[in-house]
Amino acid sequence: MPAATDTLETVRDVTEGGYRWGFETPIEQELIPKGLNEDIIRLISAKKEEPAWLLEWRLKAFRAWCAMEEPRWAAVRYPPIDYQDLHYYAAPKRKAQPKSLDEVDPELLRTYEKLGIPLREQERLAGVAVDAVFDSVSVATTFKEKLAEAGVIFCSFSEAVREHPDLVRRFLGTVVPPSDNFFAALNSAVFSDGSFVYVPKGVRCPMELSTYFRINARNTGQFERTLIVAEEGAYVSYLEGCTAPQRDENQLHAAVVELVALDEATIKYSTVQNWYPGDAEGRGGIYNFVTKRGACRGAKSKISWTQVETGSAITWKYPSCILQGEGSVGEFYSVAITNNRQQADTGTKMIHIGPRTRSTIVSKGISAGEGQNTYRGLVRILPKAQHARNFTQCDSLLIGDRCGAHTVPYIESRNPTARVEHEATTSRIAEDQLFYCRQRGMTEEEAVGLIVNGFAREVLKELPMEFAVEAQKLLAISLEGSVG
Amino acid sequence: MLKIEGLKASVEGKEVLRGIDLEVPAGEVHAIMGPNGSGKSTLGYVLAGREGYEVTAGSVTFRGQDLLAMEPEERAAAGLFLAFQYPVELPGVGNANFLRQALNAVRRARGEPELDAMQFLKLVRGKVKALGMTEEMLKRAVNVGFSGGEKKRNEILQMAILEPAFCILDETDSGLDIDALKIVAEGVNALRSPERGMLVITHYQRLLDHIVPDRVHVLVGGRIVQSGGPELARELEAKGYGELQAAA
Ligand SMILES: Nc1ncnc2c1ncn2[C@@H]1O[C@H](COP(=O)(O)OP(=O)(O)OP(=O)(O)O)[C@@H](O)[C@H]1O
Ligand SMILES: [Mg+2]
Repeated sequence: MPAATDTLETVRDVTEGGYRWGFETPIEQELIPKGLNEDIIRLISAKKEEPAWLLEWRLKAFRAWCAMEEPRWAAVRYPPIDYQDLHYYAAPKRKAQPKSLDEVDPELLRTYEKLGIPLREQERLAGVAVDAVFDSVSVATTFKEKLAEAGVIFCSFSEAVREHPDLVRRFLGTVVPPSDNFFAALNSAVFSDGSFVYVPKGVRCPMELSTYFRINARNTGQFERTLIVAEEGAYVSYLEGCTAPQRDENQLHAAVVELVALDEATIKYSTVQNWYPGDAEGRGGIYNFVTKRGACRGAKSKISWTQVETGSAITWKYPSCILQGEGSVGEFYSVAITNNRQQADTGTKMIHIGPRTRSTIVSKGISAGEGQNTYRGLVRILPKAQHARNFTQCDSLLIGDRCGAHTVPYIESRNPTARVEHEATTSRIAEDQLFYCRQRGMTEEEAVGLIVNGFAREVLKELPMEFAVEAQKLLAISLEGSVG
Repeated sequence: MLKIEGLKASVEGKEVLRGIDLEVPAGEVHAIMGPNGSGKSTLGYVLAGREGYEVTAGSVTFRGQDLLAMEPEERAAAGLFLAFQYPVELPGVGNANFLRQALNAVRRARGEPELDAMQFLKLVRGKVKALGMTEEMLKRAVNVGFSGGEKKRNEILQMAILEPAFCILDETDSGLDIDALKIVAEGVNALRSPERGMLVITHYQRLLDHIVPDRVHVLVGGRIVQSGGPELARELEAKGYGELQAAA
């Protein structure tokens, strides 16, 4: 039985309770002073030994950000963020750039082991290369040599700036311009680390690539920056995972991810987002303000976003596709859970520019406790997008009667040959479904986990097999305490 | 094995079971017949512990335990199985997954080791074949898009896999074609054993031709108004419930 359909393993250890990734790593930190100004940006850039052009790029973004207002249109509520009261760079102290894993602080390796991401050669997940980002820096990237043999570049963003400056410069900011929006501008000014992937022409990346983001330091923002480029005919599947310690104060994560797919290239980007969601009363948790966008520049190129969003106190995120190349394809598969006081405003934008471009949106929102879940999506068909097509399916599942689900689809079609379809449903876990499962011996929580996994199946089956089982477990765990 | 005494229960404030006394010893099969709305399904739900079915009086002992004090899943783990009159659809939940999760939940509760995917597959394949079902049914979502008869067979498949100590079959024969009826009856008879009790709710003699009951009870207006041997079912089929209803 393939793992993707195997819910059986999943809900087993559901009853333990709590956020299991909430521990803190006791490690000596290098922390720059709080606050945000041009000097801080110069300091970050200097720490990363960046070339002058990149510092200029950051400063330009910062100046743009200073003139921008924080967006308020999303259906999320939170107290004002004091951007001067944050650290914008935190890194585990180390002597020099570690050349191999043996030089990486064992405390860090233990952290990743505890998170289920073994970085050591002999314990690694077969067939998956991992870049481990800890606060503001990447601590290790596995399987680099093996990937290099295939011509694939997979490294931390900082390393890419050092080793492949021309590639970075050619693509950075071309999909998400620095002044795109408030959080993207902030990220462009202060971004710390993330992953860089480059798959050359005609190469099918021989393994799954993944980045594991971990926030550890207190009062620190994490500003991940990821760039993935697939040249003509290339294929790559990439997955990111995220966790953070359990704390009473909120923490900011403002990421930018840019994808570029040239002719007939395919990028599959999956996210399992499990930042600390805050406690049952809504104390603490990550503010997850993310700009993710992919450009299908080439004909018949394809970008597919799959996201499982179980964590964060607030999620503000709209992975999008710009469908420029003729016949290019954009996909968005999403499961978002909000339990307790979590709020999620998430969806996608599909911008159809080229003729015969196609997009599919499948969004599954699950609300429990007092969680609020909004799907916000835009399908825009531009005049040249002859015979463009979109299909959108938006399903909401409610557990209990104190939560909410909202669907906000925007459709703008400026080409009469285009076809846009939208379907939406809202349902509840029915009492008879729970009773049926319990009559067969399952606990109420197991039953909820099973039914929710069934509800989310269309999306979960899009995940790389190595992660599907993990994601299914997460769904069940995220709903602990939502019944009974 | 199952002993019901003075059981009264209401649904939505309406008293549906109005004092039921019934004992099913291990090894016996009892049939319950009765007109529509007389409370047969309600009895099944009350025994299985469904929410909203409020017990107002009486007691039920099951294998020496106070059944009414247990959660639905505890009753299942103790060996009580209800084949639903209207099996419930679970969109997106694979039938095989559901079955395995149910089996392992019950095994866990009984302190037995769980079955892994391979062991389970072996077990389920045999049962599927015996019930004249296709393996394709295992891949489909639980009861979604199943025909009436397929749903009923699926209930029997679950029963065959869970091997419960006590089975309540609520109109499992309704909607079955003649061949399916035979297969289902065979499935039920295969489970008959001196350790196992069964309560078979049905409207039709034809099921009881295949599953010959030890006792037949007639439920009218929430009470058992008559009990007898297998011949009672035939009498009822000939005469209807008219007289009994008038008496109740
Ligand atoms: N959830 C409910 N809400 C309101 N009334 C209910 C509910 N469940 C059962 N009843 C009522 O209780 C009575 C008994 O219903 P029950 O389903 O037990 O009958 P039955 O004997 O199984 O009938 P049938 O032969 O048609 O299956 C009926 O009058 C029914 O309308
Ligand atoms: Mg009934």
